[in-house]
Amino acid sequence: MSFLDYFISALFLQAGYNSALVAVGAGLLGLAGGGAGAFIFLRKRALVSDAISHATLPGVGIAFMLMVAFGGDGRWLPGLIIGSAISSGIGLLMVEWITRQTRLTEDAAIGAVLSVFFGLGIVLLTIIQTMSSGRQAGLENFLLGSTAGMLISEATTIAIAGALATAFVFMLRRPMTLVAFDPEYAATTGINVRHIDLAMMGLALIVTVIGLKIVGLILIVALLIIPPVTARFWTNQVGPMIGIAAAIGGLSGYIGAVLSAAVASLPTGPIIVLVAFGFFVISALFSPLRGGLASALRHWRFQRRVHRRQGLLALARREPIYDGFTLRILRQSGMIRRDGVATLRGKTASQKAARDEARWAMARRILPDDSAIERYDGLTPIEDMMTPDQIDEIDRVISEQSGAPA
Amino acid sequence: MSNAELIAEAGKIVDVAAKDAPLTVRGLTVSYGNKPAVFSVDASIPAGSMTAIIGPNGAGKSTFLKGTLGVIPRLSGEVRIFGKPFHEARDRVAYVPQRASVDWDFPARVIDVVLMGLYGSVGLFRFWRARHRQAAMECLDRVGMADFATRQIGQLSGGQQQRVFLARALAQNAEFYLLDEPFAGVDAATERAIVAVLKDLKAEGRTVVCVHHDLSTVAEYFDRVLLINVRRIAEGPVDTTFTAANLQETYGGRLATTHIDELRLA
Repeated sequence: MSFLDYFISALFLQAGYNSALVAVGAGLLGLAGGGAGAFIFLRKRALVSDAISHATLPGVGIAFMLMVAFGGDGRWLPGLIIGSAISSGIGLLMVEWITRQTRLTEDAAIGAVLSVFFGLGIVLLTIIQTMSSGRQAGLENFLLGSTAGMLISEATTIAIAGALATAFVFMLRRPMTLVAFDPEYAATTGINVRHIDLAMMGLALIVTVIGLKIVGLILIVALLIIPPVTARFWTNQVGPMIGIAAAIGGLSGYIGAVLSAAVASLPTGPIIVLVAFGFFVISALFSPLRGGLASALRHWRFQRRVHRRQGLLALARREPIYDGFTLRILRQSGMIRRDGVATLRGKTASQKAARDEARWAMARRILPDDSAIERYDGLTPIEDMMTPDQIDEIDRVISEQSGAPA
Repeated sequence: MSNAELIAEAGKIVDVAAKDAPLTVRGLTVSYGNKPAVFSVDASIPAGSMTAIIGPNGAGKSTFLKGTLGVIPRLSGEVRIFGKPFHEARDRVAYVPQRASVDWDFPARVIDVVLMGLYGSVGLFRFWRARHRQAAMECLDRVGMADFATRQIGQLSGGQQQRVFLARALAQNAEFYLLDEPFAGVDAATERAIVAVLKDLKAEGRTVVCVHHDLSTVAEYFDRVLLINVRRIAEGPVDTTFTAANLQETYGGRLATTHIDELRLA
């Protein structure tokens, strides 16, 4: 079976029990990661989740050793997850404690905790490799993730924890939004900011420990950060942003797992991250709201409007125009002839622009508190923003003043 | 449903005749590190008053406000809001932080920020209903920002941001409003709009406290002043307390005598 055939059949869960299980598990994981990550991104604490994920490794090692000591083979996933949750919880509290009690900044605390815990974890894994009992082979897959040999019980664990994280996100959406936007105000409305922050990090912790098996601890942070950053390109509201982030995370997990199952030698975590990055690149370029191309296009259009307006006003005031771009736009739109003299159309348009300018100037004087004055971008015709009655009033004052003897 | 009905439904009818003062502070000290930013300040704000907190930069005006609201921990001192500790009287208080304290590129529309003022009155699981949106729109209308409801907050000018913050506090329908530098760096139209809203609040029997920096408008906008420079210098009605001698003591040598002469002082 070719790669493509396998990929397509895996995409529709037809490529065997194990790969279907992994794909669904990774999809759920991505869903939870995207949702939880949205708040972490808005609170600007992405790096804390990196510390959390690296701090899981000693827990994995210790849990393995304990389970072997009690006669198991050390590979029972819930046991490893509990161990990793405890050690990353300790890591999280240490980051918090260092930041609060010393004068060190959070990034220094993160760097210290991340490297020390990871170092300790690697030492423990090395010791485990020399142990005579236990089934240690493959334990290093927790670093980069693997889709090999997943059990239904493991997939169920991931699904339950993922659902738990999603419910958590829904319940805490309002306090977390408020704390992310304005923590001081949140505190005055009775929200315990520290508890909300810890809950937010607890969410990251849940996603991290259930993601160990599939994505691995080194890259799980990407699943928390890339989906919300990508979602931000598409929306200006928190609610839709969470939904889009969850969808992107879920799709990345699903597609990535299927891809890596199709090519057995590829590690799952990096593939999932690369798929998520693909979504990011597409969004950064093509989103109509905040994407690069749309911004460039908006800027180009705006620049043209400005030049057109400046040119027309200069025509109305019979001032010479030197700007080459302005001249080109006026020529292209038939406002001036090749030799720079205004056409009939140009004269009409320039008079209209001059009258609009005068009306706006008068509006600012006699209607200073009207919201149209605040929304005015300096280019939009007054007819589009004020009522005919208001414009009549403005014209009346203008004619009164110009008619009155000086 | 009108805003008034919503208020009545929430059971938070403003009691103008509340006998406990909105704010009583005894010996409040707040410090960053080992240097007190506010040292042993006493204050007492009577109901229905409009008070300006005045002092030079770094005098602890904002810190005083945050200390009374428990936003930053107190080192010592006692704060009573309507005769109770703050956490018991929280529903009766609305705080307007400095607008520079948040990131305005946050994914929210103007109406979303105002709805944040209603978070306390809707449950954890409930969704926004039409009456919540309507209440928020009425608050936006009061600050002249109704036309901006669906704008992204990142597109607002400084003055508009300030008015959105005020609308959010109005949505809380509190009895006691504390504002941190509401007039800092805003345009004239915004300043007029905010002053009008604050005077309305006072006319409704509510209490207003503002950290304020523009000495020339104190007498026009406020009826009481609290002069602070780490320590409390003076507190009382503008007529008797906003004097050249007190200002000289508050600002030390930092305020030119000529400037003081130009002010409408008591």
